[in-house]
Parts: sequence; C-alpha cells; structure tokens
Amino acid sequence: MNLKDDFPILKNREISYLDSGATAQKPKEVIEALENFYENFNANPHRGAYSLSMEATEMYEDTRTKIARFINSKHREEIIFSKNASESLNLLAYSYGLENLKEGDEICISIMEHHSNLVPWQKVAAKTGAKLVYLYMNDNFEIPEEEWKTKITENTKIVGITHVSNVLGTINSVEEIIKYAHKKGAITIVDSSQSIPHMRIDVQALDTDFLVFSGHKMMAPLGIGVLYGKRELLNEMTPFLMGGDMIEYVYEQNTTFAPLPNKFEAGTQNVEGVIGLGAAIDYIEKIGYDKIQELEKEVVDYAIQELSKLDYLDLYLTKSLEHHSSVISFNIKGVHPHDVASILDSEGVCVRSGNHCAQPLLRSIGIDSTCRASFYLYNTKEDVDKLVAGLNKSYEMFKKYLKK
Amino acid sequence: MDENELEQVYNELIMEHSMNSYNKKKLAGVPDFCEIGHNPNCGDEITLEIKMNGNVIEDLAFSGHGCAISQASTSIMIDTLKGKTVEEAKEIISTFIGMIKRETKSEEELRKLEDAIAFRNVANMPARVKCALLAWHTLEDILNGKK
Repeated sequence: MNLKDDFPILKNREISYLDSGATAQKPKEVIEALENFYENFNANPHRGAYSLSMEATEMYEDTRTKIARFINSKHREEIIFSKNASESLNLLAYSYGLENLKEGDEICISIMEHHSNLVPWQKVAAKTGAKLVYLYMNDNFEIPEEEWKTKITENTKIVGITHVSNVLGTINSVEEIIKYAHKKGAITIVDSSQSIPHMRIDVQALDTDFLVFSGHKMMAPLGIGVLYGKRELLNEMTPFLMGGDMIEYVYEQNTTFAPLPNKFEAGTQNVEGVIGLGAAIDYIEKIGYDKIQELEKEVVDYAIQELSKLDYLDLYLTKSLEHHSSVISFNIKGVHPHDVASILDSEGVCVRSGNHCAQPLLRSIGIDSTCRASFYLYNTKEDVDKLVAGLNKSYEMFKKYLKK
Repeated sequence: MDENELEQVYNELIMEHSMNSYNKKKLAGVPDFCEIGHNPNCGDEITLEIKMNGNVIEDLAFSGHGCAISQASTSIMIDTLKGKTVEEAKEIISTFIGMIKRETKSEEELRKLEDAIAFRNVANMPARVKCALLAWHTLEDILNGKK
C-alpha cells in the first residue's frame, strides 16, 4: 500500500519528505475539510444566535468530542484547544506550576525533553524556588528504571516526560513512570507530540494527569494543539489567558470564569485548525494505527538496516528496537549536519539538521547537532534509497578533505 | 538548488578552508579582542581573536565549530582582512554582506573581496546565508564597538 497518492504535496513536488517529526504532510481529506468549512460553515462559534453560527459551534464542539473519544478521555471538557504543544505546556507551567509549587518542591523532567517542556519549567523553578531535576539516559539512549526510581521522590510535585524523543525516537516507559510518580504524590505531564501520530494514546490507561500534543505532526493544519487534563485538576486551576468567551460574569473590578473547557479558551479560537484536526483523526482511523505501524515498521527497519551499513555514519539509536519509534538521528563522521542536509536537499531529500530544540539532550551526548530523518505512513523504501544515495554523495564530496 | 549550484558552493577553496584551516588556532599572547559569534538555531559557534596594531588589523584567528560554510567563511575572512585598516575592513565586510544578500552586483566592487568572492553562490541557498555571514557580522560588531 502506497499512501503517497493521498497527499497532494507529495504528488506536486518531487521530494522524499523525511521531516514529519517537524510537521507532517496533509492528506487531501484535511485540506478539503478546511475548504468545506470556509465555503459552507464559517462563523464564530459560541457567539451567534443564527443557524450558521450554531452549525459552526456544533462542528467545533463535535470535534472536541471526537478527540475525547480518540484518546479515550472520560469527559469531553477535559480536551482544551491551544495553539500547539508549547502553548499547552505553558498553560500548565503558568496555571498549575506557578500556582502550586513552592521552595523545596521538585520538578522532574527527562533530558530528552523538547525545549517546550523544559524552558517553561525553568521559569517555574526560578519563580517558585522549586528545583528542576533531570532524568538522564544510559549509553543505549534510554532512561533506565533506576534513574526515575531515584530521581522521583516525595519532594517531586511534577513529572514531565516526552512519550517519544523527537531526536532519538526512543519510546519512554511512560506508563511505569506515571505509576511511580503517582505513588510518590506527583502529578504527571506527558508530551505525546511525537507519539500520537504513530500510536494509539489512551489517557485513561496511561492514567496521566495531563497530556499535550500538537495537531500538525498528526496531519492536521499548523497552529492547533491540545491539552488533555483530568477534570478535577483542570477545575481547580486558574485560567491562563484572559479574554472573550472564557468568562461568566464580568464586573468593572472582577470576573467569574466560565466552566471547562471554555475557561481555558480565551478569544476566537483556531476553528479551521480544530476542524482540520478532526479530519486528520478521521484519516488516521480510516487507515488505522495497526496499518500505520505496519507501514512505518517496514520502512524504518529498512532504513536502520541500510544506514547501519554505512561505516562513515554515527547513528544515535537505541539497540532495543521495540523501544524505538520512527525518528533516526545520524551524522557523517567529521561532516557538519547542515552541509549534509544541503547536499541531501540537492537530491530532493528533506531532512532536518541542527539541535532539534533539544540542546541539553545533544550536549549530554557530547554533540552539537545531528541530521534527523523522521518517517511517517507515506514514506517508502524508495525514500530510504534516496536518503542513502544522498548520504553517499555527501560523503564522497567531503571524503578527501576529512582528517584521517 | 541544482547539482551545479551545489558544486559552486562546495568548491575546492571553501572545502579546503573548512576542513583544514591554518587560521583555526589561538593567537600567541593576549588578543585585543576576543568575541563569540553564535547562530542559536543551528548551534554554530565561533570565537574570533584579533590583534590590532594601531588602526591596522594585524592578526586574526578563530576557534569553534560549525558547518563547512561558516568555518570556511571565517577562515577566508581572516585571509582577506589581515593587514587591512579598520576602515578598509568595514568596507569589505559591507561588500561581502551585500554580495550574500544579493544587494552588491558591481564586479569591480566584488573584486575587493579577494578569495571571499568564492561565497557568491551562497546567495542561491537562502538556508545557508546566515552560516556564511556569522563571522562577518561578528567582526563588524567588534569594529563598530558594539560588543
């Protein structure tokens, strides 16, 4: 099964797109859903008493229900729309972290976190006097059990962990970490931005207190994100952004706030993003996670096999492939990843190069940057062959200048 | 970007300077200026050391890490500007920046860049412009007394 035909951009451009970890391409169903919304339903939800606005409201709120079902949350109002995963995490830092932490408390995050699940906690730590504690990796690019069993203690109030590393593709043992964190009395935040495009997320099975993801990595439009939170926790939290539609009564000097989920959705929302996210979920369900994983596994396994044959390459990859998703970071020894990415670009191969918004992680490995190929359901073995050919070309160009 | 453009950027001179630069070292003695240039998005970081003799840039050296284009650009900048006065250097820097941003077209003006003209095709690679300009902006700031 080749799904490339479902993605107009992959027909219109002659590229091997290996940067889905940055953003995924969009199937025509998602693009058409946006067109349909603007051509037939555009109005501001929750504002108008006329039927068009009611219909827009219904589409917006139906999508919330769809997402709730998709990640198996108990209540639909546990789904809060945001701009992206970063905004969801900032909401948690401001509305939970700043309000609940004090000196002596600890925030425990992994060294694999994207800057978006790291920098906000630095701010919370600085403002509250709490301490930011890191879970480090072993040589196999995984966080070992003894690490979280020693770092998460009675002092830990928040545990933030990425489900899948955006640099290494490592799948973290989030279920066990959540269980352990709860035993110690901490609340948990899972960043599932890199996992939800590839695997089913069940927030009740995970029993996480909060979970965030962005829509655009799972084929939805750019600029839409989700925060899931347990209702009792969200109810206790103060709003993050103030403004229209998140209020109950506004007086000159004070305000009472709307109930969930509106309390956290100030101002006119990215309705087209929500509609597009709904269409992306429909597309994922149409293909099915089992099929997505089957397609990806075949291509990613082939990529690992072929890349492992290249002696000039350093691969940053766990050896336990059952703990690996669909991101592969690598470097040509002695050649900077930006140069490799430019040469791959000349062959129509799109990879990301740089620090991938994870400077502390790269520093902990002792490198500044990597090339990163990230795969999704539309990639094929042919894309891998093009990547390998591009890498061979890069190596040939640099070979004679490399210091022996 | 096609094959040809790629080879025009990764040319012999640039490759040689990027991989095996004789300018990548520490200056003997204490430099008059020592400044770090950094591209936060890509992590490229260079340290420029400068020794002045009155108004003349007597010697320069660099250390740090980055892509071939940023490393070669730093090394070739050093070759080009060594022995120039501050005023001459500022003019050459402005011509170089103009060339990379496709603002300077005059061949006569570009000749003043000496070997640094080798970077003219970086203008065709927008993603790499900041790599080529890192050292030049850093030195420009030093000479303008901003740092």
